[in-house]
Amino acid sequence: MDMTAPLEAREGQARSMTGSKAVRAEVRNLNFFYGNNQALKNINLPIVDRRVTALIGPSGCGKSTLLRCFNRMHDLYPGNRYEGEIRLMPENINIISKDIDPLHVRLRIGMVFQKPNPFPKSIYENVAAGLWVRGIRQKSLVDERVELALTQAALWNEVKDRLKKSAYDLSGGQQQRLCIARALAPDPEILLLDEPTSALDPIATAKIEELIDEIGSTVTVVIVTHNMQQAARISNYAGFMHLGSLVEYNDTAHIFTNPSDQRTQDYITGRFG
Amino acid sequence: MTEHTVKAYEGELTLLDKKIAQMGGLAESILGQAFDALERRDPRLAEVAVQSDKAIDTLEREIEDMAISMIARRQPMANDLRHIMAALHITRDLERIGDHAKNMAKRALAIASEPYPKPLVSGLRHMVEQALRQLKDVLDAYAERNADMAVAVWRADEQIDAMYNSVFRELLTYMMEDPRNIGLCTHLLFGAKNLERIGDHTTNIAETVYYLVHGVPLTDDRPKGDNTSSTLISSERDN
Repeated sequence: MDMTAPLEAREGQARSMTGSKAVRAEVRNLNFFYGNNQALKNINLPIVDRRVTALIGPSGCGKSTLLRCFNRMHDLYPGNRYEGEIRLMPENINIISKDIDPLHVRLRIGMVFQKPNPFPKSIYENVAAGLWVRGIRQKSLVDERVELALTQAALWNEVKDRLKKSAYDLSGGQQQRLCIARALAPDPEILLLDEPTSALDPIATAKIEELIDEIGSTVTVVIVTHNMQQAARISNYAGFMHLGSLVEYNDTAHIFTNPSDQRTQDYITGRFG
Repeated sequence: MTEHTVKAYEGELTLLDKKIAQMGGLAESILGQAFDALERRDPRLAEVAVQSDKAIDTLEREIEDMAISMIARRQPMANDLRHIMAALHITRDLERIGDHAKNMAKRALAIASEPYPKPLVSGLRHMVEQALRQLKDVLDAYAERNADMAVAVWRADEQIDAMYNSVFRELLTYMMEDPRNIGLCTHLLFGAKNLERIGDHTTNIAETVYYLVHGVPLTDDRPKGDNTSSTLISSERDN
């Protein structure tokens, strides 16, 4: 599959090739180093297609580090080194290989961060930006995609009459939903969420959990969260990490009612440390 | 196993277990009192047993309140969640055991003034002894989180069922021999049925303990021995 082909051409092919229990990405023997410091140790993990996978674990366990491998964010800083593979399906390409341009990876895999970070532009421009960058310029199509993304983000009704207003006029929770809409607009193959509700109040958090519930069966989501109840509520699969290793991975129901590893159980029941 | 970082949580779980143990002990003592009252034809003891059941009901409410409060406040996971759910299930079973024991005591009150033959009562005594043993074992299994002990209790219920079958037939025989025995025997029959149900509730507790320890339900087919529902009644003597 040509990574630079127009979005519409690629997405149809990818969708039809993967079934619902199929794997959208596979982490294989991944080791990651911040300079001399090994932050990820031999990670092997499937990311199930069109399901929500949560990464949980104590501070410093490597969950955000792992998340950032998926969109090559570590490439932004010198001295970082990947070993191993993250294979993206259906083409089965290794997206952390030096031969793959990180820009192309980020065109297909989107990320939302803990602190809402909309561009200093209008609401419309924030969401449209991802489409313009991919060469989608036809106004009617962009309008349609912006509306769809904002609807998916449960924000459309609140902003449809002020799309030209600055994104900074929105509340924290709304800004975060705008960032999610921005990430969703280009129809990403994987959506990475790094503690998306940690900075939000309970109502905004609930709205975003509802959003994740709604899109979770059409978009592949990987979410890092330190809120275990949130992970238990919204994910289908969960991986528990500790000191750079993946300790246990299973169906969420299994992990939270009957985990196999004592460390997992100690962590989720509050017996850690 | 390490303790919870939040000590109060640990304390609440320990208190839950203490109350279950208390409730179990009460159920055991009511059962013992009820049968003693029956055997000795002692209406005062029967009355004591009937009144003691109230304490069991109170404990059930307390345990339920505690469990619900912990679920709301602590969002228990994994083994903690199974622990609290187990406590909720067990408290229900213990409450029913208390009720059955109380009903047996009431039967004792009803027939206290009538004479009855030793052999009938000795059959019941064996059932009570077995039921008390089972109950004690299953409560120990819970306290020690011992799934093997729970499975042993689960399997042994067959013995109580077998005893119930034979008491059932014996009582039928007495009733057929002499209609004047019918009143007494009917009460004793109900008493035996209470004991058989106590055995069943004890096996429920055993299944709950197994689930608590292993996180999966006990799925083998339990050997079920009570075939009285299909026992034919004929005018010929069985023995």
